[in-house]
Amino acid sequence: MEELSILIGGKAGDGIRQAGQTLARLLNRFGYRIFFYDDYPSLIRGGHNFSIIRASKKKIIAHKEKVDLIVALNQDAVEKHKHRLNSNGMILYDSKKVEAQGVGVDFMGLVKESEGAPIMRNTAALGALAKVLNIEWEMLERVIKDTIEKAVDLNLKIAQSAYNQVEKACLSVHNLNQKMLPLVSGNEAIALGAVQAGLNMYIAYPMTPASAILHYLAEHEDDLGVVTIHPESEIGVALMALGAAYAGAKTMVGTSGGGFALMTEALSLSGQGEFPIVFVVSQRPGPGTGVPTYTMQGDLSFVIHSGHGEFAKLVLAPGDAEEAFYLTGLAMNLAWKFQIPCFVLSDKHLSESIFSLDIDPDKIKPEAPILWDGQGEYKRYLDTQNGISPLAFPGNPEAMVKGTSYEHDEYGITTEESEQIIRMQQKRLRKKKTMEDELVRYEQVKVYGDPESKTVLLCWGSTKGACIEAAEELGLKVVQPLVLEPLPIEPLKKALSHADKIIDIEVNATGQLAKLLSAHGICIDDMILRFDGRPFTVDSLLEKVKEVLS
Amino acid sequence: MTTAKELETYAQNTWCPGCGNFGILNSIIKVLADLTEEGLDLSKLVLASGIGCHAKIVDYIKVNSFYSIHGRVPPPITGIKLANPDLVVIGHAGDGDAYGEGIEHLIFSAKRNINVTFIVHNNRVYGLTTGQFTPTSPAGFKGRSTPGGSPEEPLNPIELMLSAGAGFVARGFAGKPKHLQLLMKAAVKHQGFAFIDVLQPCFTFFNTYDFYNKRVYELTDKAHDASDKEAAFARAREWSYGEGERIPIGIFYQAKKPTYDEKLLKGRIPVKLKPGNIRSILEKHI
Repeated sequence: MEELSILIGGKAGDGIRQAGQTLARLLNRFGYRIFFYDDYPSLIRGGHNFSIIRASKKKIIAHKEKVDLIVALNQDAVEKHKHRLNSNGMILYDSKKVEAQGVGVDFMGLVKESEGAPIMRNTAALGALAKVLNIEWEMLERVIKDTIEKAVDLNLKIAQSAYNQVEKACLSVHNLNQKMLPLVSGNEAIALGAVQAGLNMYIAYPMTPASAILHYLAEHEDDLGVVTIHPESEIGVALMALGAAYAGAKTMVGTSGGGFALMTEALSLSGQGEFPIVFVVSQRPGPGTGVPTYTMQGDLSFVIHSGHGEFAKLVLAPGDAEEAFYLTGLAMNLAWKFQIPCFVLSDKHLSESIFSLDIDPDKIKPEAPILWDGQGEYKRYLDTQNGISPLAFPGNPEAMVKGTSYEHDEYGITTEESEQIIRMQQKRLRKKKTMEDELVRYEQVKVYGDPESKTVLLCWGSTKGACIEAAEELGLKVVQPLVLEPLPIEPLKKALSHADKIIDIEVNATGQLAKLLSAHGICIDDMILRFDGRPFTVDSLLEKVKEVLS
Repeated sequence: MTTAKELETYAQNTWCPGCGNFGILNSIIKVLADLTEEGLDLSKLVLASGIGCHAKIVDYIKVNSFYSIHGRVPPPITGIKLANPDLVVIGHAGDGDAYGEGIEHLIFSAKRNINVTFIVHNNRVYGLTTGQFTPTSPAGFKGRSTPGGSPEEPLNPIELMLSAGAGFVARGFAGKPKHLQLLMKAAVKHQGFAFIDVLQPCFTFFNTYDFYNKRVYELTDKAHDASDKEAAFARAREWSYGEGERIPIGIFYQAKKPTYDEKLLKGRIPVKLKPGNIRSILEKHI
């Protein structure tokens, strides 16, 4: 098969995500490109969790509503999802717990026979699934050995007994003879991109869906050369990061909308004090607590306009793991080049989905900021033509480094004089122009699909995956800005110049990108919005686009 | 050798005549000058402050500084120390800063035992915002936001810091600069979080010179064992920032404990870290 989608469902605590990840790795070994979507409510036990693993010969960055196979560890997995099955689809289920048509295997019985823990039903399911997919036992054995850390022999025993229970294969996975790619979540790609650009410190307070960046960097901090810190609050996080940046450490912080709300005080300080910092904001539905483990693109306006006072910032919006990697590296380098706050705007769908990552790590290198040349007396806030004051750090015997939140003179001593205030505000704002000139060197707007089409699907961030496939199916063009602040107006106008119909596609309730563009004279003809916390799937979006076009 | 004079900047001092901050400024400058004679490299020193009258102190001293925002002195100084543990870091904060807006950061600094010095200019009134009650104002304090008198009991920061696990807890008085300098010097030399609450009269809004001069007494080694935490609590409770006859100043408690920076960094210096090889990590994702 060149493409297949499998849904694994059960309750929280059944090890659904882990089973899905092992399955993804198994399919990866055959050269499939993977997209992995994880859907779970905010609870530890109970509820209904499911993962969709889509595997394809071609590169994919979205999943579909329809699936070829459902692996049911509980009845909900059947009842809630059977409508998703393709006409020739089938259900593999735990026969003593679930009533369904398809292939039933007594997962629980096999686990009990081997005296395994109840969670090992997920291993039994994997064993049976491998047989259903016509995968050789030895292949699964290797993947289990590579992925499962505890009780490997027991898991192997359970998997094999389940494998042997299935009489015959129903689908056939074969080797696609393609290079295997690393399977990386959006959050992991963000972490790795930052490391590649020279990240020294990652500071964060746990908040879904950004927490995994902290977990990943903490787990690998020795290998990656990064110090991770989990402070008392997001306020502490952001201020600590500014102190670290002042001392010369490349620092990133990560959170979701609510946590970022607490960081906006520090954001504004970074604008005034010119302390470089990278913020990762991974969105989830708000307002308030909202829906913590689901996805939304509802914080675009908030992030772009965040922070009191007027200062330059850069907001980048990756749409897949590769962009997450490259754009986080870019954010880190530009934060230090211009001594400004830079944002990586993600969401749950990008952060927690898993992708086949095809990158060239060498495309990101840590770039040295503009450093003081040691000539004359050091002025931290030297007024320069491009607005960038060369950096020195405390510990330099020749430089006195005064960083400050107050309006200040070139040395960093407080001032309230009108001329000085104007001069310094203009100096800082000049950096925005310098940055805009620099950004021209980078791809700020991406175009996909049929470049000649007069119908454009306009999107940003994680909606791009579904948009690209829908557009390819219908012969449409996709336009995706990667930079959202400062908005790349000229490249956007160019990409949209021949469009008769622009359909704005966003995962929020008000069309925030559309509003942003309308302020620059770019008018949207139609909007397709989704704001139930779920991302667009390829097929669901396709139907919506067809409706709009009919 | 650096003299006190050489540590002055060109910034015009705008504190009121008679302000208690002068006692603190002169003391810290004297201590820094003394410490350079003992080998402190001033280029490795960072002073920080919050917002309020006290905060201007960083403008008046010719050293590296981080002029933070209200309540937020502990997080940046923690970040500075963790980014480069070779630096010597001293944070100044007001009582509104330290005990009001940013009290959680103070508690966590003590809990973690980050190796920095933290000096609170405690005038027990908001000066720069013209006279409102603070967390350490006495009950009934008549300020501009509480014309009928403050309905709150004051917080006792010495007790708070002892409870939070600080390894160096002291109280000084801006009117006794020689004594204050001893405390400051001991605090900077202490390995771990060193906290000094400095009683600082506000000449304009809460003139407490007479009040303190009549009541403060110095804790001596003879009368007080600073390694005894229970004794420290007892001394702390002698005066709870309201009325009272005797106000002890000096080191209430000192104990050597592993510091947060040592435990977290394990010898690493973030500003000198080289990024790891992500290729070998990516291999593990296949």
